[in-house]
Amino acid sequence: MIHLTVNGVQQTVDAAPDTPLLWVLRENLSLTGTKFGCGISQCGACTVLNNGEPIRSCVMPISLFEGANITTIEGLADDSGLHPIQQAWIEEQVPQCGYCQSGQIMSAVALLNDNPQPSDQDIDKAMSGNICRCGMYDRIKRGIKRVANNTPVQMFDPNSGQEVQNG
Amino acid sequence: MGKWTRRGFITAGAIGTGALVIGVAIRPGHRAPGMAKYVANEGESLINAWVKIDSDNKVTAIIPHSEMGQGAQTALTQMLADELDANWDDVSFIEAPAEDAYANYAMGKGYILGDAEIPKLLVGSVDGVFLQITKAMHLQVTGGSASVRTTGVYGMRVAGAAAREMLIDSAAEVWGVEASELSTANGKIIHAGTGKEEPYSTFITQAAQKTPSSTPVLKTPDQFTIMGKDKQRLDIPSKVDGSAQFGIDVSVEGMKIATIKAAPVFGAQLATVDASRAKGMPGVIEIVELEDAVAVVANGYWQAKQALAQIAVTWTETSRDGANSELLFQQFLTDMDNAKASGDSKTDLTLGDASQAIANADRVIERSYRVPYLAHACMEPMNAVARVADGKCDIWIGTQNPLGFKHQVADALEMESADVTISNQFLGGGFGRRNMPDTAIQAAKISQKTGLPIKLIWSREEDIQHDFYRPAVASNFIAALDESGKPTAWENQFVDKHEPTEAPHILYEIDNQDIHFADSPTHIPFGAWRSVDHSQHGFFTESFVDELAYEAKQDPYQFRRDLLTNKPRHQKVLDLVAEKANWGKPLAPGQGRGISLQDSFGTIVAEVVDVTVTAGKISVDKVTVAVDAGFAVSPDGVKAQMESGVIYGLTAALYGEVSIENGRVKQSNFNDYPMVRMNDAPAIETHIINSHESWGGAGEPGTPGTAPALANAIFSATGIRIRELPISKYEFDLAGGDSSNQLGS
Repeated sequence: MIHLTVNGVQQTVDAAPDTPLLWVLRENLSLTGTKFGCGISQCGACTVLNNGEPIRSCVMPISLFEGANITTIEGLADDSGLHPIQQAWIEEQVPQCGYCQSGQIMSAVALLNDNPQPSDQDIDKAMSGNICRCGMYDRIKRGIKRVANNTPVQMFDPNSGQEVQNG
Repeated sequence: MGKWTRRGFITAGAIGTGALVIGVAIRPGHRAPGMAKYVANEGESLINAWVKIDSDNKVTAIIPHSEMGQGAQTALTQMLADELDANWDDVSFIEAPAEDAYANYAMGKGYILGDAEIPKLLVGSVDGVFLQITKAMHLQVTGGSASVRTTGVYGMRVAGAAAREMLIDSAAEVWGVEASELSTANGKIIHAGTGKEEPYSTFITQAAQKTPSSTPVLKTPDQFTIMGKDKQRLDIPSKVDGSAQFGIDVSVEGMKIATIKAAPVFGAQLATVDASRAKGMPGVIEIVELEDAVAVVANGYWQAKQALAQIAVTWTETSRDGANSELLFQQFLTDMDNAKASGDSKTDLTLGDASQAIANADRVIERSYRVPYLAHACMEPMNAVARVADGKCDIWIGTQNPLGFKHQVADALEMESADVTISNQFLGGGFGRRNMPDTAIQAAKISQKTGLPIKLIWSREEDIQHDFYRPAVASNFIAALDESGKPTAWENQFVDKHEPTEAPHILYEIDNQDIHFADSPTHIPFGAWRSVDHSQHGFFTESFVDELAYEAKQDPYQFRRDLLTNKPRHQKVLDLVAEKANWGKPLAPGQGRGISLQDSFGTIVAEVVDVTVTAGKISVDKVTVAVDAGFAVSPDGVKAQMESGVIYGLTAALYGEVSIENGRVKQSNFNDYPMVRMNDAPAIETHIINSHESWGGAGEPGTPGTAPALANAIFSATGIRIRELPISKYEFDLAGGDSSNQLGS
């Protein structure tokens, strides 16, 4: 038995220790928003957050996750509504078939959590593990920038000596 | 449901002679109650097969096409809602159930007539003959970039306009006024004289008694309020929160999970199976043998996959066990040479006398090109849920062809079609792959043999190695140039011809043309791959034209333009792309710029690719696209399709190769069948021309021009001519679908 928290809910899972987290999420917990794409950590469709860090759940055995805190696409929105990245994905009309987008969104959330103002190169580096066969890379990038540009940046105001929010 | 007779069709009152394009009136209790039950709830009247208005004034478009990312369901809904003058906020759509009555007549006619563009005069005289042929073909297909230009133009718009007229006529009767005094807006009927206005729903009962006009008056573009506007796609919200249900997400009661391994050499059969180790493994329920595959049924996918790996299988020997890509290309070239020598090469198109012109020419240019097999590699691996029980078969799957699957699964299981139900789901990519029923049939057979509801999930390896591939093709050209560098003859021989028929034909005005082909069948299964034959011929013809421009010492843009004197629409598209891409602006060392022009699926697309080649490393910097689809129903949707088509074409151009070794596919997953990723994706800029000529498709036309424009750009930068794809075969440094930042590996 493995005990872990998924989207804020404590779960006890009965699965063979080598079972990848992906299949536990999809089949044991019926969280089908996380997708199977390649099974070898090449496409990123299965990306989820483990304590905020992006991981490819298709190659990570469940035995590694005792006590872990996992966030999936289903856990991004809260009572106040969609996550800003999800909202940006609608505004930029990012998804086409949409199959890779759970993984894209989780990678983007992890990127912005870590680096609220990523450069183009930062975005390329963080997002190149996620394949989009519909080729929506331009729109994904725009979606990330839309959120980044709306994120308040802490700046030091030399006059007051205080940190202020800009943007 | 009962047979849909011609008499029933007419008395259903949908239409007169041109009625097939509108669809058919179905009302609860009317002549086709079998269909009405799918779409009519309490308090609703089904006005015709493509539109439903309920008592709350909510409008539902009933769409006979799948959603695989192309946005067609939203665009089609826009077309209907605009002609209906519906309130967009009250409009939604459902996908038509896979029933014969929903066969995609408009697309069927397009196919039967050889082109989706049906002359306006002909539409009114197309009669039940076409309908019957289409029904016989079981068409409910999403493909051929046909949704908007056939179903939309001949179905949705007409249906929306007809429904609106019926509602106006009903309101006129109820209010005792002339129909001509009434107008419509935002789902309401308005009588300007009295200021009276009522929602459509007030009149649906009366309208449902009416016979729709077979010739409703359509809006002119200046009257459009919803078409041509960017509307957010109706399917997108569910695709950002994980709630969209794809085929692989379906769950039915008692369902078990299966995975499968089919014979690696196409055409081989199971010889021996030793499953002794697999049988006792945790969660394993049953090992199932099909003629050419072995499957494991288990409680979960991981258990099934682990067990499948422990089964020792041998396969029957075939005559193709020694086949490999190089031998196949040798076969093509030999068959082409033999056909040409014996005069058996099949004529595709002739104009003037090419051989004479070549014999008399100042200069003769000969070039040969080839492209490899390609897999579709949809992001969602192939899968299907099947439940065969009590003489019925239920299938849940994402398919481009639900109605076809119904009949194909029935045939495979030797059941009646009426006993097979297909429930279509979102498609995690289609690109032509999800026209093929193989996975559905496998799942159904496994369910039949085990008596269990089965979700069959293919591994990615199975997906890459058991596709219906874009064919490998070789193509040889000979052209003649006169003293001024103008081409006077074009001879082209290629191997195997499929669809669309015009794919190998050129746009350019060359007086003498001889386009012919040789048959050279192989054992590799082939199918429609985004843009179908245009994907190879676009590369061949636009590369060769570029070579001719170079040989003629002319600018490649101007050279093309000069050969389009009778095609002003094509010239405009070419001019726009040249202007927007700063064609002619001097290039720094290492930079290159290439151009292409394509006309496919009724849409003209010109592309300019900008590359930088530094120390052998290719960077695709930017792709500029100009597109004339007649009219862009959803401008942002057209842009999205161009972006998507370009990236799909770019992956094929840079990396795409399925190679054959020992009769089987060598590649297996994204590590050896790489994709363009964000780190080598160019910026893409799309410019739309609304020429208001006949409306074209969008899903495919962006793809075929990308490889030649890129190859021409690389030539411009380096002087190296790409005559064989993928470009990774050449000694350049490519990102190679680099996944070095992969996590968890």
